[in-house]
Amino acid sequence: MLASLLIVFREVFEAGLVVGIVMAVTSAVPGRTIWIAGGVGAGVLGACLVALFTSGLSELFNGSGQEIFNASILGLAVVMLTWHNVWMSRHGRELAAELRATGEAVASGSKSLLALAVVVAVAVLREGSEVVLFLYGVAAAQGGASWSFVAGGLIGLALGSLVCLLTYLGLVTIPARYLFGVTSALIALLAAGMAAQAIAFLEQANIITALDQTAWDTSWILSDSSFLGKALHTLIGYVDQPTAMQVVVYAATLAVIVILMKLFAAPGQRHHQPRAA
Amino acid sequence: MPALLLAAGLAVAPCGGPARADDAVQLSITIKDRKFDPAELHAPAGKPIVIHVKNLNTIVSEFESSDLHFEKIVPVGSEGVVYVRPQQPGRYNFFDDFHHETQGSLVVQ
Repeated sequence: MLASLLIVFREVFEAGLVVGIVMAVTSAVPGRTIWIAGGVGAGVLGACLVALFTSGLSELFNGSGQEIFNASILGLAVVMLTWHNVWMSRHGRELAAELRATGEAVASGSKSLLALAVVVAVAVLREGSEVVLFLYGVAAAQGGASWSFVAGGLIGLALGSLVCLLTYLGLVTIPARYLFGVTSALIALLAAGMAAQAIAFLEQANIITALDQTAWDTSWILSDSSFLGKALHTLIGYVDQPTAMQVVVYAATLAVIVILMKLFAAPGQRHHQPRAA
Repeated sequence: MPALLLAAGLAVAPCGGPARADDAVQLSITIKDRKFDPAELHAPAGKPIVIHVKNLNTIVSEFESSDLHFEKIVPVGSEGVVYVRPQQPGRYNFFDDFHHETQGSLVVQ
């Protein structure tokens, strides 16, 4: 029971942080629930498919299929997060202030919601496929799932969902005039962290070998396998021993997002622009 | 734009790739009956390491190391390969993330 509880909780926790942030980011956007729910649903479905085809996926690209797949979907999430932040820097204020009640807001807001739904789907897919593989593997080995095993999984799911809810509730207590800046910064850091993680997968597959020396070692302060370290890893991409390439890509992603947000900011609102990163 | 960065990274890769694969230390390990065999691997310091892991359990494994920063799902009966960057001397632990009783370590000298 404990094994299934811990594994399910850990994976749902990581996906829950991302979903919680997206819920807070979109709290002013009408019609968001269906998009986020759709993202979660697509992610669960995708997780089952990935788990089902793991053997085939692993054998692709000389055995590096998993790494390339993970890096690709992380890259997709980075692009979507970037696009969302840029879009919000242009339309966020009008959306929140004036058009909230109108159909036009639903129409224009849905573009950005689609991007975030993809992000939610990617987060759920990545963490969920491990849950599916683990649960299915154990159930198959035991010749069926025991009650305590199922109960452990359900408790893990409930606790992980609670994290998602707390993340959301914590963020929406931030006063409205700061919320936009805070969530923009969170999204930018989330994107940079995902980009660095994509690099880690490509390094593990020996596809990227340049700049592979360890940039620094902060494992004596905070190990990235500790609970807090894992939470920070998901949120801002904390790694205790990053390679130089990971650091470069992290910084470059942040820089690109900030520059694009400034370039596309709505005219006359530049001095209100978010304090992203 | 981040996709471009990724592409740039991919373009850079071939310069370092082949040379590194040549002088890499090749190690093999199997997972059987929920144990690593051998439970301890050895490698020289400062050289890239390639670990070939074969899963002879009847259940899927996730070959993972927090110390060495890799994670790889290894389906039943198949072999996974992970590339580890050059390491300082020391003992680095790895485990099967789906079955934590399965523990092993890499000793770098």
